Amino acid sequence: MTWMSFDAALPVIFMALMGLSMLVYVISDGYDLGVGMLMHRATAAEKDVMVASIGPFWDANETWLVLGVGILLVAFPKAHGLVLGELYLPVTLMLLGLMLRGVAFDFRVKARDTHKQTWDRLFFAGSMLTSVAQGWMLGRYVSGFGSGWNYPLFAAAIAVALPMAYVLMGAAWLIMKTEGELQERAVEWARIAWAPMVGGLVLISMATPWVSPTVRERWFVLPEIIALLAIPLMTGVCLLAVRALLRTPQVRGPLCWLPFMLLVLVFVLGFLGLAYSIYPYVVLDQLTLWQAASSPEALKVILFGVCISVPAIAGYTVFSYRVFRGKAGELKYA
Amino acid sequence: MDALTLARMQFAANMSFHILFPTISIALGWLLLFLRWRWLKAQRSGDRSLSEGWLDAYRFWTKVFALTFALGVVSGVTMSFQFGTNWPGFMERVGNIAGPLLGYEVLTAFFLEAGFLGIMLFGHGRVSERVHLLATFFVAFGTTLSAFWILALNSWMQTPTGHEVRDGVYHVQSWVAVIFNPSFPYRFTHMLLASALTCAFLLIGLSAWQVLKGVAQRSAPRVMRVGLTLAALGVPLQIFVGDMHGLNTLHHQPAKIAAMEGVWDTERGAPLLLFAIPDAAQRKNHFEIKVPRLASLILTHELDGEIQGLNSFRDAHPPPLALFFGFRIMVGIGVLMLATSWLGWWLYRRCGWRPALLPRALLWLFAGMTFSGWVATLAGWYVTEIGRQPFIVYGLVRTADVVSKVPSAMVGLSLFLYVALYGALIVAYVAVLKYMAEKPDQVLQDDAAEQVAVPTALQGQS
Repeated sequence: MTWMSFDAALPVIFMALMGLSMLVYVISDGYDLGVGMLMHRATAAEKDVMVASIGPFWDANETWLVLGVGILLVAFPKAHGLVLGELYLPVTLMLLGLMLRGVAFDFRVKARDTHKQTWDRLFFAGSMLTSVAQGWMLGRYVSGFGSGWNYPLFAAAIAVALPMAYVLMGAAWLIMKTEGELQERAVEWARIAWAPMVGGLVLISMATPWVSPTVRERWFVLPEIIALLAIPLMTGVCLLAVRALLRTPQVRGPLCWLPFMLLVLVFVLGFLGLAYSIYPYVVLDQLTLWQAASSPEALKVILFGVCISVPAIAGYTVFSYRVFRGKAGELKYA
Repeated sequence: MDALTLARMQFAANMSFHILFPTISIALGWLLLFLRWRWLKAQRSGDRSLSEGWLDAYRFWTKVFALTFALGVVSGVTMSFQFGTNWPGFMERVGNIAGPLLGYEVLTAFFLEAGFLGIMLFGHGRVSERVHLLATFFVAFGTTLSAFWILALNSWMQTPTGHEVRDGVYHVQSWVAVIFNPSFPYRFTHMLLASALTCAFLLIGLSAWQVLKGVAQRSAPRVMRVGLTLAALGVPLQIFVGDMHGLNTLHHQPAKIAAMEGVWDTERGAPLLLFAIPDAAQRKNHFEIKVPRLASLILTHELDGEIQGLNSFRDAHPPPLALFFGFRIMVGIGVLMLATSWLGWWLYRRCGWRPALLPRALLWLFAGMTFSGWVATLAGWYVTEIGRQPFIVYGLVRTADVVSKVPSAMVGLSLFLYVALYGALIVAYVAVLKYMAEKPDQVLQDDAAEQVAVPTALQGQS
């Protein structure tokens, strides 16, 4: 086996960084959006606690999306144009949703009391619009923007399943960050969201090889399939464990963090499966990462900045989560 | 409408909406640091009412900052997508230069801001006083650093240096030359001062509104004083920097100056046009009102200095009408700001810094100018950006060559959706600021109880 040169490895490094950013985004903003979509089921007082539980984090969480798309833009400019051109309308809808959700955060606590309800509705609507648009985009992206009757159907299925996954994440987040009656309800919400989320995941895992021959050839060959089986098996175990945990009393006490962590693991596994399906393409069957990459000189300059800032970012993300650890009270500005 | 115009309109709509909020938050971050420092100083002096007043101001303006910052973040997210959706050719050609600059903006600044913002806004009582002060500093520093990278890129697009072209793709020869390109120092300073002034008039305007509406907020008199002092010092400085920026533009982008001044034929001792309607079709001005030789004097600092006319850039000059008026709106507001801040500061001092004694008319003028910084900043940006046309990178890459091939109908639909949302959000933003100014107690009461306990509760944690 020969090692590739550093210049040829640069696009791979950036692909990994971009993937990591997207993964962190989907997990971290996933629970934000999930909490947002659960808002309409909560009482006014519970809404305040729910928003307080994500208040200190959402800003930085959303920034991972900017980083991911930023890397796509600066490291793979050709792919940025192609992908975002294909996804023009859903991207627009997602951005509108993100804007509504983001401003509702602040407006709901600062506007007149009579307007608070309107902003809460917009918070919910924004979270929903964002999640559905992201699901659709993921579906279109995974299937390489193929055309034919089955492709939109596939994208539509993910547009339903991804919000469900977010809702489950959001509920698990609330189980971890709240107590009392709201926690009780969060357990209930998690149990409701579990089945459609798992159903969607199974369906998509079966449908992806069906819509994409490239993915099919990747997965269903010996001996790779034996090693690869670990991914769906572990995912299954995690999800069943979540299901079982939700029935135990400990989930309201010392084990309140476990469902959330298990779901994070599910997202990581799903991401690994996806990465294996797509690599070395940036756009499946159309553009490899070497074809799409910027010049090695430019990538080196960015890498220098990445090496300094990513550890710093990781450092204070940890710091920030430590500062705001424990159960969420009401959100207070200092 | 053709795809190029639509793409430009959509990008301009997003940029214009976005820039409103950083323009406030860049300077407001440093102001918050100042207010906090004054509070700590007053606390040490033991004057209770003084320290409470500064704390009041800090807490109130932190809420304004949080709201402004949130709008800046959400509209900034849109930008990272629109480079690709609207100008795919831009990144394909100059991606090696624009990419790292944008990348650094996201990496260093965006994360610095967003990461520390949570601690700054909600961390009081959870971290030590020193860490909180540091978080406030990093947020302010981050917003400024953001501006640094963005203006480095924008200035490079205006006065490109330090690159070479290989097979139609731009590569960097020297990063120092790219970042510190000829117009960068002027544009960066001009923008930071614009932010300071926008912020100053927001402070003055909201405080004046509170006085007019009889809202008793302890901090209003001193906030008004801070704003007036900042404006009285900042406006002359801005006029000086603006003049230098103009000279720099004359040297590097003479066509932009010709359009701003409505000069068609190259002439010596060019008059300053106070009013005119430049007509691009007939290539002349209508309804001129002019002061002889003044344009030459201002631009070249000589009475019969030569100014190149638009006709010497036949195919590659910007549309003069927008530039001519954009420039006059910006300068007009600048002059108004100078008069208001100097007169206001002087009268306010004579009243012993008691706003209730100020003439009502002056307070109404202050209130009326609350968002004057926004208008001037937008007008200025339109001048410099439209003034770069028909190029996206001045003299090198034409805008029309890099536009996306997304169908016009789709761009039009998304433009409509964006503009509708932006309009609603600006209305909501201004309405909420007004509400906050009128009901400061309501806004501050949520966390009033907590504040008292904070300083002592913190000692153990650091």
